[in-house]
Amino acid sequence: MTALSGQNATVIRGGRVIDPANGRDAIGDLWVVAGKIAEAEFVPPESGYDVIEAGNLIVAPGLIDIHVHFREPGQTHKETIASGARAAAAGGFTSVICMPNTSPAADNAGTIALIREKAAASACVNVFCAGAITKGLAGEELAPYGSMVAAGIVAITDDGHCVQNHEVMRRAVEYARMFGLTVMDHCQDYSLTAGAVMHEGEWSLRLGLPGWPRVGEELIVARNILLAELCDSPIHCQHISACGSVRLIAEARARGVKISGEVCPHHVWFTDEQLRTFDANFKMNPPLRSDRDVDAVLAGIADGTLDILCSDHAPHAYYEKEVEIDHAPFGITGLETEFGAFCDLLVHRKKVISIERLIALYTANPARLLGLDRGTLSPGVPADITLIDPGAEWTCRAEDSLSLSRNTPFHGITFRGRAVRTIVGGRTVWHS
Amino acid sequence: MSGWNRKDLLAIGDLSAEEITLVLDTARAFKGVGERSLKKVPALRGKTLVNFFVEPSTRTRLSFELAAMRLSADVVNMEATASSLRKGESLKDTALNLEALHADIIVLRHSSPGSSHFLASRLESSIINAGDGAHEHPTQGLLDVFTMREKLGGLKGLKVAIVGDILFSRVARSNIAALNKLGAEVILVGPSTLVPKVFGKLGVKVVHRIDDVLESCDVINLLRIQHERQRREYFPGIGEYIALFGLTKARADRLKPGCLVMHPGPINRGVEVDSDVADGERSVILEQVTNGLAVRMAVLYLCSGGAPLQPAKPSREVSR
Repeated sequence: MTALSGQNATVIRGGRVIDPANGRDAIGDLWVVAGKIAEAEFVPPESGYDVIEAGNLIVAPGLIDIHVHFREPGQTHKETIASGARAAAAGGFTSVICMPNTSPAADNAGTIALIREKAAASACVNVFCAGAITKGLAGEELAPYGSMVAAGIVAITDDGHCVQNHEVMRRAVEYARMFGLTVMDHCQDYSLTAGAVMHEGEWSLRLGLPGWPRVGEELIVARNILLAELCDSPIHCQHISACGSVRLIAEARARGVKISGEVCPHHVWFTDEQLRTFDANFKMNPPLRSDRDVDAVLAGIADGTLDILCSDHAPHAYYEKEVEIDHAPFGITGLETEFGAFCDLLVHRKKVISIERLIALYTANPARLLGLDRGTLSPGVPADITLIDPGAEWTCRAEDSLSLSRNTPFHGITFRGRAVRTIVGGRTVWHS
Repeated sequence: MSGWNRKDLLAIGDLSAEEITLVLDTARAFKGVGERSLKKVPALRGKTLVNFFVEPSTRTRLSFELAAMRLSADVVNMEATASSLRKGESLKDTALNLEALHADIIVLRHSSPGSSHFLASRLESSIINAGDGAHEHPTQGLLDVFTMREKLGGLKGLKVAIVGDILFSRVARSNIAALNKLGAEVILVGPSTLVPKVFGKLGVKVVHRIDDVLESCDVINLLRIQHERQRREYFPGIGEYIALFGLTKARADRLKPGCLVMHPGPINRGVEVDSDVADGERSVILEQVTNGLAVRMAVLYLCSGGAPLQPAKPSREVSR
């Protein structure tokens, strides 16, 4: 690994610098000084600096994944903050936002502080925390947002769970507004999805598996739209999978409602038919849906309705997934594959968006949603930088993963496009 | 005729029409064994079969047990309550232990769809699916089509109505797969909650009035209806179910001559079928049970590498 000196200057030379937050897209050099992007008035020294050659590469702001599950504290056999961060770095990510469904749940300042201390000591990328909406993710009582904000949370969510009581959700959104906190929601109506294993449709019927109908998501997306409007405060809908959700969000955004949505690669790469082999690595929540949903989500990415991409990285031990499909936990890993998967599908094959736009969906947009000083190459910000080879072909091998878990549905799939170097605060933390 | 190259029987959905026919023909050859006074052939002598029932069942387990005994296999029965699954051992680990004990055939009944597929792809032993949740119950599907073929001469063009709780029924799914492949026409009958429209995508017709099929079907297969406790959201009660879908005496009188009344058992007399109808001349419910034995013998034999058998008499395929 190339260790860049913290104090010395480094030039990333000759790359295509794409910085969507500043509308920049040009071939050039990017200087890093003392771990930050060089100020505008910086004069390059004659000598005594490090060089990273970036010819034929894209120099992008460090990628941000606003939806990951690192399992520390509580389930460190699946993932630790350190291992999750290594997987993030290997995927080109310089910042991640951790979901609060750890054990115990990150629903109080003490647990948030513990996670942040662990991250400071062991993580090679920036680890931000989302706090819980409700105590114990139980959907009943509000968690103490004020003290969690003081402890450093950047958003709240009960992800993995969904607040069913609309009054509780309404007050959560209202109360969070006082702190400028974005509320993120895993949209799932429980009464419509009890026992569900996969998308409700032809395949659930064929396989005899309990179905998770679209309406189970759409109903809560609609609820969130109405509450965002009522409270005039943002709600971000996590991992959108259903076609109706895309339509609802598009309509609401056209009216100016502060609603947003994110997309995970598996929801546009695969459909419910994958479950025909009963492979638990295709079981996640929300589930893989139909071609119609894939098309709607892709259209939503194309027209800007869905403007953030993420992984929902959810590691599980091999033996936990190696069980009957309805007993297996939901979720798949994704940090190492998501950029390649989206670049391959959205940019190269389906031509849904440009590479510049893809980078925006992973940098400027999530940073704006959560108010992070990341996701840009503006002078003076921490030098979080991802070098991308948009044409590189590579094949996902589960056994090569830096995550502690191997539960990926992308094993054996070849992608076009990947990160080749990940730089956090001016220091290279991973390169291919 | 193509052969049988499977170590497992997991789902009729996986089989070709030729493979189904091959099982039925082999079953026909075995059916005679049960009618002899010495009910035993040495086909599986020295083989070990484990009946691994993680979900309770009496008739299917007994049927497999007798089938294996008639083929001279050694049989061990294992039920979930007595097994280490209760102690937290995984299904896979338990099954690997059975394999380590040289179980040649594992007959699995389990509440999880795909559980047989799961074991089959991880074990060398033959896995026979004896019902995996709401997915499939292939030997039941095979014995049902065996009975129809035996009674009516052939499957092609037959109109088969399946009535009841289709959504949660593995028997229905196995029947649909077998009947579709053998060229019969399938009509599903039941409340719209238990027979959703999407079943149409499986190449079957869906109707919600039993009266629409009575005069036209060649077979009416009645599925056991679960009690209200388990299906509260799906229909208001047994009384209304009987009124709308029960095969009452009056309805049975409208069935065309020769129409078979079938039921996979156990029957709820007076619910899905009137008691007199269940015992009546159209009913082949007990013959299904007898045929199940022959079909299971055929399946165990074929999955153990036995060469397909032809019945002594050529099967009487009647053109319709």
